[in-house]
Amino acid sequence: MRTPDDTTLTDSGLAAPQDGPGKVLIIGCGAIAREILAVKSANGWDHVDLTCLPAIYHNHPEKITPGIEAAVAEHRATYERIFVAYADCGTGGMLEQACERLGVEMIAGPHCYSFFEGNAAFAERAKDEITAFYLTDFLVRQFDAFVWRPLGLDRYPELRDTYFAHYTKLVHQAQTDDPGLAKEAKECAERLGLAYERRLTGYGDLTSALTRVSEA
Amino acid sequence: MSDDEDDIILSELETDELVLQMHDDLYDGLKEEIEEGVNILLERGWEPYKVLTEALVAGMTIVGNDFRDGILFVPEVLLAANAMKGGMAILKPLLAETGAPRMGKMVIGTVKGDIHDIGKNLVSMMMEGAGFEVVDLGINNPVENYLEAAAREEADIVGMSALLTTTMPYMKVVIDTMVEQGIRDDYIVLVGGAPLNEEFGRAIGADAYCRDAAVAVETAKDFIARKHNQMAAG
Repeated sequence: MRTPDDTTLTDSGLAAPQDGPGKVLIIGCGAIAREILAVKSANGWDHVDLTCLPAIYHNHPEKITPGIEAAVAEHRATYERIFVAYADCGTGGMLEQACERLGVEMIAGPHCYSFFEGNAAFAERAKDEITAFYLTDFLVRQFDAFVWRPLGLDRYPELRDTYFAHYTKLVHQAQTDDPGLAKEAKECAERLGLAYERRLTGYGDLTSALTRVSEA
Repeated sequence: MSDDEDDIILSELETDELVLQMHDDLYDGLKEEIEEGVNILLERGWEPYKVLTEALVAGMTIVGNDFRDGILFVPEVLLAANAMKGGMAILKPLLAETGAPRMGKMVIGTVKGDIHDIGKNLVSMMMEGAGFEVVDLGINNPVENYLEAAAREEADIVGMSALLTTTMPYMKVVIDTMVEQGIRDDYIVLVGGAPLNEEFGRAIGADAYCRDAAVAVETAKDFIARKHNQMAAG
């Protein structure tokens, strides 16, 4: 399965394959499409297909639950099993309720920052880290589309401290060991006026969640 | 909204036109122009409360409506709020002197573990604009902060804000503590924040969930009116 470019994942997501659907469909967030495909490829899960909602829903969580409901309805008849590759992701419990109603599983935890780091480890650290601003590899690459432009900092740079005055550091949760991306993340921190910290997380709880559904 | 503000001299406008121009300037986030407009209206003999309601709050209502309708976005609302803040800074001491009507008192803060305050600040400002006295507790507030401030200030309303799914359950901690202490019914409890919804507000025992700052103001007014009616009836 070919991975679309980041801009396409941001704006349009990823369509499900038209030919020869597998047994399992993962309906995920476009922001973690690369990571899901990497895990799928590493494990040789040819029976698993992926479709993604636009990653920019990260900034509009109210669109996530209806988007998932529509995608499950569209693909339900074609697949034996559907898995939702989202955590709560700002839906305030609405996505969990929808998944229960639809009879599909989802990723545990509050958001991708948490499951990439491992939900238990993230929760343990969270109380001492409330002034951290997190970016995953995808969000580093798409920093302008997800942070800079939506906050209007391209047009009104004077608003930076209105948004970030209470933050102290940017934590780059690196899924891959990529020095070029680390450099970009450091530049993001400088643009926001924050200290920089890099934390190599790998795929965290995402791998176990996908394994559970793909090898069941 | 308008493209040719540079040519407009505020002091030369008729008062009606000036107020409309101030609505435009507020919409465009022009703080200096708002401050100038407020001073002109005061010089022309307007009561501070009239300036506040007819020039500033009415202008921010347009901003709030366009935000709700997806015409304006957060950055523009923040700039408008910043402009209104400039006008409010001039009016606040005058409002206290001139005995403007007081709607009630609100203690508001972002809950423990959460540092996000943009929405909370907008609510504070709009509540002040609507005639409420607001005590802003800032960010990362444990239950003690809310309860001590509410008692100390003899508040009518306790407002709680959270942006994170992980911090919004703390609102229930605050409300449960109020129940344990037998003081829950002493206050109107309003909650808000991006991941919240009406169902969550009901589930934790809040009086209301407020979708945005404008809704918070209307909800607060409604509850205060009910409280007064109950007192009158009782």
